[in-house]
Amino acid sequence: MAEPVFQRKAVVTSPQGLHARPAELLARLASSFESEIEIVRDNHRVDAKSILHVLTLGAGRGTELIVEARGSDAAAAAEALAKLVESDFSHDPMLSRDGSRASRGG
Amino acid sequence: MKLTAINGKGDGTTMKFVDFICRDAIQTSLEVDTKEDVIRAMARSLLSAGKASKDHFEGIVEAILKREELGSTGIGRGVAVPHTKHPSVNELVGAIAVSEEGVDFDSLDGEKVHLLFLLISPPDRPGDHLRALENISRQLRDETFCRFLKQSSTPDDVWQLLEEADNNQFAS
Repeated sequence: MAEPVFQRKAVVTSPQGLHARPAELLARLASSFESEIEIVRDNHRVDAKSILHVLTLGAGRGTELIVEARGSDAAAAAEALAKLVESDFSHDPMLSRDGSRASRGG
Repeated sequence: MKLTAINGKGDGTTMKFVDFICRDAIQTSLEVDTKEDVIRAMARSLLSAGKASKDHFEGIVEAILKREELGSTGIGRGVAVPHTKHPSVNELVGAIAVSEEGVDFDSLDGEKVHLLFLLISPPDRPGDHLRALENISRQLRDETFCRFLKQSSTPDDVWQLLEEADNNQFAS
């Protein structure tokens, strides 16, 4: 049975890039979904549920990434992660995980 | 061949361990119980190595601890990267500590931390900090390198492993 796959493009906007704190927020948010989630930068593909892996992207401001989710909640996962990548990481997405109340992003 | 990114220039450049780890601030067989103890010991090693100023020592330790309150810098695989920006340094400086016992660091994966990289960077150089994290995480994905580092019993062993990693002897 083929599982749904969703891809979503996201550009890093935070001036600090995906440093340790954003990587932790991303990995925690990703871990709250059942789907397998990967983040892709050019040819480099990493597991979004691992802080260590997310850090290897070395994604600074302006870096274009693709979030790819595969599984039962793939659509919501790709959307939520892409939104977080594009945010300024100033608040914890896990606190607003129910519903789509997360920041309006400016 | 590209220059190293220590000057904070554009994307695509990489940073090596020898570009930011201070050889005299590597400690092995560290016997500490708490997160604060290990952070203090590592900051002190940078102080002794002349890479941090005595006047700012407490401020630096406090800033690192405050950063930990935001969320642990334990990144998994028994590794942590406590860090802060601080105006008293004019280049990125890093220390390493190895603890055989392990330190409870509230890591996301719940594992104790055995290998720590402490980083202090100038506030206006976010790119260097990001590239140092990228380098550390990329190299540590290699399980052999990670295990060898944790098993190192002297600072010289650690340094030799870092040099080998810089020469791409681990990363695929």
